[in-house]
Amino acid sequence: MPDIIFRDGSIRQNQWFVVSRPESGEALDIPEQKRVLIPADLWIANREQFAGNENVGVWLDSHDEPEVLAEYVNQLPLIAVNFPKFSDGRGYSIARLLRERFGYKNELRAIGDVLLDQLQFMKRCGFDTYELRPDKDIRKAARALNFFSQGYQAATDTDLPLFRRRAS
Amino acid sequence: MYVYDEHDRQMAAERVAQFRDQTERALAGELAEDEFLPLRLQNGLYVQRLAPMLRICVPYGMLRSVQLRRLARITRDYDKGYAHFTTRQNVQLNWPNLEDVPDILAELAEVEMHANQTSGNCIRNTTTDQFAGVQSDELTDPRPYCEIIRQWSTFHPEFAYLPRKFKVAVNASEKTDRAAIQVHDIGLQIVRNDAGELGFRVHVGGGLGRTPMVAPVIREFLPELDLLTYLEAVLRVYNRYGRRDNKFKARIKILVKALTPAGFAEKVEAEWAHIKDSPSRLTPEAIARIQAYFTEPAYAALDNATDLLARQRFENRAFDQWLQHNVDTHKKPGYAIVSLTMKKTGTPPGDVTDRQLEQIADLADEYSFGEVRVTHQQNVVLADVRQDRLLELWEQLGPMGFGTANLNTLTDIICCPGGDFCALANAKSIPVADAIQRRFDNLDFLYDLGEIDLNISGCMNACGHHHVGNIGVLGVDKKGQEFYQVSLGGASQHDATIGKILGPSFARDDMPDVIAKIIDVYVNKRTDEESFLDTYRRVGIDPFKERVYA
Repeated sequence: MPDIIFRDGSIRQNQWFVVSRPESGEALDIPEQKRVLIPADLWIANREQFAGNENVGVWLDSHDEPEVLAEYVNQLPLIAVNFPKFSDGRGYSIARLLRERFGYKNELRAIGDVLLDQLQFMKRCGFDTYELRPDKDIRKAARALNFFSQGYQAATDTDLPLFRRRAS
Repeated sequence: MYVYDEHDRQMAAERVAQFRDQTERALAGELAEDEFLPLRLQNGLYVQRLAPMLRICVPYGMLRSVQLRRLARITRDYDKGYAHFTTRQNVQLNWPNLEDVPDILAELAEVEMHANQTSGNCIRNTTTDQFAGVQSDELTDPRPYCEIIRQWSTFHPEFAYLPRKFKVAVNASEKTDRAAIQVHDIGLQIVRNDAGELGFRVHVGGGLGRTPMVAPVIREFLPELDLLTYLEAVLRVYNRYGRRDNKFKARIKILVKALTPAGFAEKVEAEWAHIKDSPSRLTPEAIARIQAYFTEPAYAALDNATDLLARQRFENRAFDQWLQHNVDTHKKPGYAIVSLTMKKTGTPPGDVTDRQLEQIADLADEYSFGEVRVTHQQNVVLADVRQDRLLELWEQLGPMGFGTANLNTLTDIICCPGGDFCALANAKSIPVADAIQRRFDNLDFLYDLGEIDLNISGCMNACGHHHVGNIGVLGVDKKGQEFYQVSLGGASQHDATIGKILGPSFARDDMPDVIAKIIDVYVNKRTDEESFLDTYRRVGIDPFKERVYA
């Protein structure tokens, strides 16, 4: 598995294996001895089995509604949000809702078509780890996470927009 | 006018460094074309039919003379010595080299300019009335709100990859709407409620393009301080639920229509309820801070120069005509608002040379406190000219090419770059404008016709706003041949209306005749007081059809 970028720019080994959605009618195939991320609706449907299991997290696709996880978020060790195409911006709203609306505290990961030039937006919206697409140069991530030293708006990283910081 | 502080300067510099890095990676093959595409678009860079095109942002149309001079220098050093004023109050360069763009952006940043979010599926430049701050009937100056929206929307981390482009316009005048807010994704009309508090009537889901729509009202009154949280709620609903499967159905107007305006409003209100009291809620101090940049210039205490002007007009008929058509009433006695028309026959509408940019800068310094405004009709406004200096100013305009006294007449044509420059266009638009301007070259006849908006777009993306022209012309492609579809009755102000298609399209050479026949019908049917639009609304489309297709 490719390495993972952390929000501080450090690069660490990936511990989590993304389990694809099974074909309809087929059972979820969870590999053994791994920490896994399963489709969020399957976790919800089987939550008695998975709740409290520190080795099972979930992933949401860009068209999924994060509201379905609202009451469970902090029972999950990791939530990943899939970007099927980097230009699909729904994942940014999903991340902010998980953090700011539902109070999710644990690791939030961007997966899928994750490229360098979107990393800082992801960071501002509450993602703290990023699974960069393998053909991209992971050594350039630290720079891409820090193109800007501040932003105009409030987001997940700061609830003070610039107009309030200017006033203080 | 707004002036950068250290925060703005820092982010502007960081943006240039970021795009330099991105351009280098693109040229080194580390970024695929489709990966570089949104990055360069959000820095204003298109790749067009003949060359890249750079769209430079002019926030809500305001420019200082130092910025005009820098633009002139950039067109000389990096381009072919001319620029183009767009229908979004921006400026375009038609021939820059891709590898020079980071340097151009660095030169722009030095004079507090940029090309941020002038293209791409993000929040674009917020536009407003070109007479903001100097007209007497506005509730308050709309420009501080535009600047507040500019800052909020700049590099917004959640809304950089929307389903489609997103345009906001603000209007503060009760009688006129020069910003055409009802054909924007969000149109904000500044209003006062019954308690006398300032706020916005919020229209959402207007637009032109292939599905033209007038925006419905989704909130009658939004208190001033709630502006940004409410915009954030609208954008979040759009970002989550706007269609992404079909580019032509991805604008917010399609979502508003699908959910119905009431259904859409309900979703926005539900989202807003969660964030309305967050720290993103504006404060009176934050608004006052921005308003302080838009205070009045040092006007002299003057009386209206009524007698002087009357004498000058009597002695000089051409000056009289120009005054009547290109000069508007100012809120301050003794001052006037002057529109310089960039519509001289023989020059594409909105095109200016480097020398002309410098001349405009000189005029701004000499006559109008060093500032100008760019209009969505592709003209330039000197907003604060002393009445007793109008004649002296006017005498200089003719030789410069800005004196054509055709403002708001049939030949003050709004026109996109069309097939001569634009890769999207189905047909050329500039030669059509030119042929019509040549056909109607008699100013007395134009004045007799009164105000007529003639808008030309080279394709259904509608950069020339053809849907809302009283007469609209749309270039279409029929089996590789260029044809032109005509619509009538469009309007962009408070009475915003989408024009109705007249019938089958015409060849380019026929267009001046077609327009002449339409004008004929108007002249024959009108009553003394009626404008073209009034007559059209009274008699309907049939008399025009009968005449044109006879």
